[in-house]
Amino acid sequence: MANVVHVFRREFAGYFITPVAYVFIVLFLALAAALTFYVGHFFERGRADLQSFFQWHPWIYLFFLPAISMRLWAEERKTGTIELFLTLPVSTAAAVAGKFLAAWAFAGVALALTFPIWLTVNYLGAPDNGVITASYIGSFLLAGAYLAIGSCLSALTRNQVIAFVLTVTVCFLFNVLGAGLLEPVLGDAVPADLLETLASFSLLGHFNNIVKGVIDLRDIVYYALAIGVWLAAAAITVDLKKAG
Amino acid sequence: MLSLVAARGLTKRFDAHVAVDRVDLEVGAGEVLGFLGPNGAGKSTTMKMIAGFLTPTEGQAAICGHDVIDEPLQARRNLGYLPEGAPLYGDMTAGAFLDFVAAMRDLSGRRGRTAVGLAVERTDLAEVLAQPIDTLSKGFKRRVGLAQALLHDPPVLILDEPTDGLDPNQKHEMRALIREIRPSKAIVISTHILEEVDAVCTRAAVIAGGRLLADATPADLASWSPLHNAVSLTLGAQFADAAAASLAALDRVEAVHREQAGPDIVRLVALSRDGRPILTDVGLLVQAHGWEAGDLRTETGALDDVFRRMTQPGEEGRRDG
Repeated sequence: MANVVHVFRREFAGYFITPVAYVFIVLFLALAAALTFYVGHFFERGRADLQSFFQWHPWIYLFFLPAISMRLWAEERKTGTIELFLTLPVSTAAAVAGKFLAAWAFAGVALALTFPIWLTVNYLGAPDNGVITASYIGSFLLAGAYLAIGSCLSALTRNQVIAFVLTVTVCFLFNVLGAGLLEPVLGDAVPADLLETLASFSLLGHFNNIVKGVIDLRDIVYYALAIGVWLAAAAITVDLKKAG
Repeated sequence: MLSLVAARGLTKRFDAHVAVDRVDLEVGAGEVLGFLGPNGAGKSTTMKMIAGFLTPTEGQAAICGHDVIDEPLQARRNLGYLPEGAPLYGDMTAGAFLDFVAAMRDLSGRRGRTAVGLAVERTDLAEVLAQPIDTLSKGFKRRVGLAQALLHDPPVLILDEPTDGLDPNQKHEMRALIREIRPSKAIVISTHILEEVDAVCTRAAVIAGGRLLADATPADLASWSPLHNAVSLTLGAQFADAAAASLAALDRVEAVHREQAGPDIVRLVALSRDGRPILTDVGLLVQAHGWEAGDLRTETGALDDVFRRMTQPGEEGRRDG
C-alpha cells in the first residue's frame, strides 16, 4: 500500500518537472474563463451563480483530461521504463492506483485554481455556496471518471496520440448518452427503456444532477463505480499485456 | 547447491512465432551465468520472463524459490534487474530516481540513504546525481541502471547487456564490480561480447533460435572448438610441403591447414584428432627434421569460433554440456 504513495509522489512531481504542466493549467484556466464570460454570458445573465462556469466543464475536460491521461502508460511502454517499473515490488493494482491518483490530483490543482471566479461571484452577489461546493465536487468526480477511462485506454497502446484519440472518443460517447443526442439518431429503432438505461450511464447526466446542487448518493456511487470499473480494466489490461 | 534462479521449460510464443523454446536454467550463489546468443535469439525474452515482466506461455521461473508469476512481489524483492537498453525515467535527476527506487524497495530514511550511497559509490555516480538522466552520457545512464539494480543488495541480479555502450575503462570497472559482488549472488548477464564471458562468467549458456544449445563453463565451451589443442607453427616456405606431409602422417593429427604468414613464411596448423594435447608429438617431429620453426604453440580454441559454429544455421547442431 505504501507503494501507492511512492508511485503517486513520483508521478505527481513528474508533472511539474517540465513547463508543460504550467502551460496546461494556464490554458485550462483561460479557456474556462473565456467560455464562462464570452459564451456563457456570465455578466449578462445577471445571476449570482456559477452555472455558466460549470456547464462547460464536461466539454473542456473532454480535451484537456485525455491529454493528461494519455501518457500514463503509453509513455512508459514507449520508453521501456514499464519494464523497470513493473519489476519493482509493486502490485499492478498499486501501480494503476498511484498513477491515476497523481493524474487526478493534478486535475484537482487545475480545478482549484479556478477559485477566483468563486470569489468574484461572491463579491458581486450572494450565491448559494452550497450549490457551488456541490458543483466543484461534481466536477472533480467527473474529472476522475474521465481520467480512469484515460488510464485504461493509455494502457492499451504505446502511442500517446492513439491513447488521446481513443479517450476523447469514449468520453464523448459516455457524455452524449444522456445529452439527448442519441434519440434523434436511433429514433424508434431502440425501445425507450433501453435508451433510458443507456442514459443512466451518462457521465454528463450525473454531473448535471450534482451541479443543480443536490448531492445524491446514487450520483456519487455512479462515479465511484465508473472510476473503479475503469481502473480495474486498466489493471487487467496492464496484466494482459505482459502475456504479450 | 541451492538454485537462486531456476527456470524450467520456459517457453514464449508470440502468435505462431516461438521466441523461446523450452529453456531450462539453474544458477546458484557465486555463479555468473553468461547468456550468449545472436541478436533475436531469445536472450532478452528469456530474461524478461525470469524477471517476471513477461508471462511465459509455458514453463515456470522462480527467484529464490518464489515463482515469478504466483508470488511476484516476493520474487521481485530478491531481484535486481537491468532491462535491455537500461530504460530510465529521463526527466528525473539520477538522485531522485534512485531515491524513488529505494522507496519502492521499502528502504526509507537512513537505510534508504545508506543503500543509495553505497550503490552510488559502487557505480561511481556521485558527480551526476543532480543531473536529469536525459542529459547523461550513455555510460552514465547504464551505470544509473546498474545502481538501481544493486540498490537493495539482492541475492539475484539479472543484467541485460550491462556493458553495452561503455568505453573500455568503464567495461573494465563493470567487470571488476561484477567479480566483487559475485561470491554471494547469482548473476545472469547477457552479452554478445565473448571476451566478457572469459572475463567474468563462471558458466556460459548459448541460445539461438529460442533454444538452449549449450550450458557449460567457458573453458569447456572453448574446448569444443576444432582448434582446441591444435598446434600452430611458422616455417620457412621451403620446408612447408614436407612438414605438412609429415605432420599429417602423425597418428594424433586430424588434419593440417596451411596459410601464408608473411613473405616466405607459412603457418601450419595441426588439428588434434581427439582434442588431447599434441604439442610434444609436433615438437619431436620439428626437432627430428631440424626445421627452423618460429612461434610454435598450442591453440586453446576460441569461444567466438564455437559460438559461430553453434549459432549459424547449417553448422553443427545441438550439443549439451
